[in-house]
Amino acid sequence: MSTPPGTPIEVDGLSVTFGSGAGALRAVRRVGFVLNRGESFGIVGESGSGKSTVLRAICGLAPVSAGQIRIDGAPVRTPRDAAFYRRVQMVFQDPYASLHPRHTVDRVLSEPLAIHGFGDVEARIEQALADVGLGHGFRFRFPHQLSGGQRQRVAIARALILEPSILLLDEPTSALDASIQAEVLNLLDALRRRRDLTYLLVSHDLAVVAHMCERLIVMRNGETVEELSRADLRARRARQDYTRDLLTASRGFVREPA
Amino acid sequence: MSTILEVEDLRVAFPSRQGPVEVVRGVTFDLGRERLGIVGESGSGKSQTGRAILGLTPPSGTVRAKRLQFEGIDLRDASAATWRRLRGRRMSMVMQDPKFSLNPVMTIGRQIVEAYARQPDAPRSAARDKAIAMLEAVQIRDPARVFDAYPHELSGGMGQRAMIAMMLITEPDLLIADEPTSALDVTVQLEVLQILDELVRERGMGLIFISHDLRLVSSFCDRVLVMYAGRMVEEVRADRLHEARHPYTRGLLDCLPSLETDRRPLPTLQRDAAWAR
Repeated sequence: MSTPPGTPIEVDGLSVTFGSGAGALRAVRRVGFVLNRGESFGIVGESGSGKSTVLRAICGLAPVSAGQIRIDGAPVRTPRDAAFYRRVQMVFQDPYASLHPRHTVDRVLSEPLAIHGFGDVEARIEQALADVGLGHGFRFRFPHQLSGGQRQRVAIARALILEPSILLLDEPTSALDASIQAEVLNLLDALRRRRDLTYLLVSHDLAVVAHMCERLIVMRNGETVEELSRADLRARRARQDYTRDLLTASRGFVREPA
Repeated sequence: MSTILEVEDLRVAFPSRQGPVEVVRGVTFDLGRERLGIVGESGSGKSQTGRAILGLTPPSGTVRAKRLQFEGIDLRDASAATWRRLRGRRMSMVMQDPKFSLNPVMTIGRQIVEAYARQPDAPRSAARDKAIAMLEAVQIRDPARVFDAYPHELSGGMGQRAMIAMMLITEPDLLIADEPTSALDVTVQLEVLQILDELVRERGMGLIFISHDLRLVSSFCDRVLVMYAGRMVEEVRADRLHEARHPYTRGLLDCLPSLETDRRPLPTLQRDAAWAR
């Protein structure tokens, strides 16, 4: 797919509210950011900060109550149309939950191709598996015959098989062991360069975001705390106390003198 | 340093279609009044080691050891009565997720009092005061409210503190904490560790801290055992972790992305079949 015109993702004043009346939960409040082509942008926050809800709102899995989302310069339609999913795909946190337990890898990968009317299914599936470093031998396996890292590779292959230009990554490595995390992060890094992909990555792990993203926002209670560059993060240049707390916590436990 | 727990050649096996599979193979260590970390990735046998010490191996599994002694009591063929006397009173366990380890239909207070009342010499009348004092000790600001709350009314961090209060009210000599902070946010994680740390220091308790997070464990514990495929591949002093020699330990430390340095691609762990032998 040729490079589409316009800014890949523009989010402006996005709010997401679940429920209504007194019990309404304002999960995301007036969050905005702009991603450039080929950039990787991070959202950092603790549980309940609304970081995943932003991703879900972009791909139509959470209701947008205010604000605008533009993909490649054009506002998204609700419900999202097929053209949207050609451009934007998502990789979920838990590869144990996001793959159908009774579908083989082959079926997982061929379904999006069938939905979007792609030809040469054979070649595309073989290529997608090769791209994520899984050989032909994995094609007819079920998820339970795969390790966690292999499952996440299948989930990435499924997202990439439609040749999208934007990937939404929701904690793509937090369910994986440290050694497997390194492999998956390297794979995502290499794929982005090779295919000029734009990433929007959500994580609670500052080190992962510093490794993967050029810019990031920190979220708390549904709101943006601040925006930082990778250099800011590496130099621990935070303007807000909350970000400083997160940076301190990332150093591990520090024993207070008795 | 007085030894609380002696473990020698601990083995845990589970049956499978291919015959018994050993998930813990020859773990040996002594524990004094200190913080010992057990680190490994999923499937390394770290949790099964903790469970075997408390006699909580599922019924299908078999536990063997050359020696498994807690303060001179042989745990290998301990009777149900012996376990009842030990567990909850002199040794206890904090699990990973308070959502699953607290009883959802009982108030926090009742659960703590229940743990307290299992001691034969505990005066019933003092139970409530003791429980509230314990909730205070784990830094819960409004202990009376939490005492009457149900688990679903508390956040993850509060639930885990309540869980720790329940495990510590009997003032055990040994606490096994299995990923006690992995389900918590980083900032809350450190508060919970702070509490555990103080309790170990003040009460002279032995703590076994089981985790997948090598960096966190090394910042918190005195010694670290690294497990791989059921085996102890290395024992290292936490402050000397950078001197660790085993390629697995080194690989685990090396493959984490860091805030300070930019390495791309990240070094990956090259597993050697010989490590599992």
